[in-house]
Amino acid sequence: MAGREIAGVVGFYSDEGALLDGARKVKQAGYPHFDAYTPYPVHGLDDAMGLRRSWLPYVTFGGGITGVTCAYLLQWWTASESWALNIGGKPFNSIPAWIPIMFELTVLFAGVSTVVALILGNRLPNMTKRAFDPAITRDRYAVMIEAPPEGYKGSDGKSFSESDAASFLKNAGAKEVRTVFQEGWF
Amino acid sequence: MSEMTIPPDILVTGGKTFTHVNDDVSAPLERWPTWKWWVCFAVALSCLGTGVILASDMFMTGLGVLGLNEPVGWGCFIVNFVFWVGIGHAGTLISAILFLFRQKWRTGINRSAEAMTIFAVMTALLFPLIHTGRPWYAAIWLLPYPNQRELWVNFRSPLLWDVFAVSTYFTISLLFWYVGLIPDFASVRDRAKNKVRKLVYTLLSMGWRGSNRNWSHYEVAYLLLAGLSTPLVLSVHSVVSFDFAVSNIPGWHTTIFPPYFVAGAIFSGFAMVVTLLVIVREVFNLKDYITINHLEKMNKIIMTTGMMVGYAYACEFFIAWYSGNPYEAFTFTNRAFGPYWWAYWIMTSCNVIIPQVFWWKKMRTNVGVMFVVSLFVNIGMWFERFVITVTSLHRDFLPSSWAYYTPTWYDWGITIGAMGFFFTFFLLFCRVFPVVAMAEVKGVMAHGNHVSKEKGVA
Repeated sequence: MAGREIAGVVGFYSDEGALLDGARKVKQAGYPHFDAYTPYPVHGLDDAMGLRRSWLPYVTFGGGITGVTCAYLLQWWTASESWALNIGGKPFNSIPAWIPIMFELTVLFAGVSTVVALILGNRLPNMTKRAFDPAITRDRYAVMIEAPPEGYKGSDGKSFSESDAASFLKNAGAKEVRTVFQEGWF
Repeated sequence: MSEMTIPPDILVTGGKTFTHVNDDVSAPLERWPTWKWWVCFAVALSCLGTGVILASDMFMTGLGVLGLNEPVGWGCFIVNFVFWVGIGHAGTLISAILFLFRQKWRTGINRSAEAMTIFAVMTALLFPLIHTGRPWYAAIWLLPYPNQRELWVNFRSPLLWDVFAVSTYFTISLLFWYVGLIPDFASVRDRAKNKVRKLVYTLLSMGWRGSNRNWSHYEVAYLLLAGLSTPLVLSVHSVVSFDFAVSNIPGWHTTIFPPYFVAGAIFSGFAMVVTLLVIVREVFNLKDYITINHLEKMNKIIMTTGMMVGYAYACEFFIAWYSGNPYEAFTFTNRAFGPYWWAYWIMTSCNVIIPQVFWWKKMRTNVGVMFVVSLFVNIGMWFERFVITVTSLHRDFLPSSWAYYTPTWYDWGITIGAMGFFFTFFLLFCRVFPVVAMAEVKGVMAHGNHVSKEKGVA
């Protein structure tokens, strides 16, 4: 299979402590593109990789605000503008009665937008990047130093070369080091 | 000075490694179902079939085939609706509220409890649709959509709040469940040898690779969904209780209804979780993940919420007397000693008296005892809704219209059909989805190892 494009070099670790250590070293060395792969969320890995706190809560908040506004406008407009009906002598815009649906739509919009943002923000559905080792979703931990994406011209940090990355990961405590090629699922 | 140490909670027994977790949980997905499963499935399908036949006949003949008449216009269907929505609440309590309270033992049982929620809410949603007799209209007429008559739904009605509450609850529970399933679908995908299975689980997992840049967002999303689901679940049964409490019928028009309904929902839901898990851990050999420890904790919750429900029963009687309202007093005397005394006492014995056996650790940890108690609680909570609905209606303000409601074969058959509907889905779930949240269980196992290493225990 000649001419395959290199996706990156991956180093495998057998326990959490070694993984955290390895990830920290890769970060400190200044590789701009790298990621860790674990069977479950490992505590402390975000810090080791220098990841900032997720921006999802802003989306959730925006979704919630949109939901509560839509719910109020829908109820106000249908009940007091579009076709005002006198029900039990209550005011047309009977705000206390709108509260349950305002609450429900806040939760609905906030929840749905969170999940949509999670999926899109994580680049899912992911068709182009195949899982490189079936044991990752079982019990293995890995750090991958990724080849820069096509057209990447950034000069920040360390530049990528296959042999460099491999020896770096070995020195950073990886039990096994392997080159991974660009490969889709289907 | 001696340091107080609390022994770490053992969540997974049998000295399991991460590989065992994948093997044990995925095993039922990768083999032909056992005869036990087929027997259960055949029973569930025949119940469902009975319900479908009777419901179709009801649609063609008319709602007159039911036992409903003046003054009892609400019968078994609303009882089933409230019962099944309530069942769902335990799943959300386990997946969201216990998550916020950092109860790590929830990881063994949250997946199946959430599945129960989804299927229970689907079952509940059948009843508002079929009770109209024309479900194909009901499905759209409940929603505010622009139509030729330029009419809108009545947003002041608790019945409409219910439409929004229950459909939001279903949607959010489904999303929460799916988000939890993504990493586990990836686990099943990565061990699949069969091509079709591999394809199906690749699609379901959306190509999840366990990347930490993904986990980072994932954990925040999970926390946010838990935070959103917590007030949501409390609101859903509160809104269901408004269906009753906002009317002015004695026995319904009380402010205790929302908390009383929520406690009852969690109570009945936990009983259903115990009923299901006792079977699941046996049939699928998951006793090391769903341990006696887990079941004991759930039994404690059953007893606690059972007493909350008992307190609500007592409180209603007290207020009926203390308020000096003669109609209220009559309704409650009639409830306990009138024509439906038997339903009232079934409810009280099953919900308040029987769960008291859980004061004894021997009883809480005995699988046979807890299975029987959980069945009694399910029956008791069905009768609670029956008592609330029927006893308040059958002797209304006008004694000349008093009557005795007797459910017909259609009421009972469709009730059984709904159970078949629920169990059919639950059994299929056990066959195709991982019944235990593998990634989450590994997380708490890793944490346990970490702690014991630090303390020098292991």
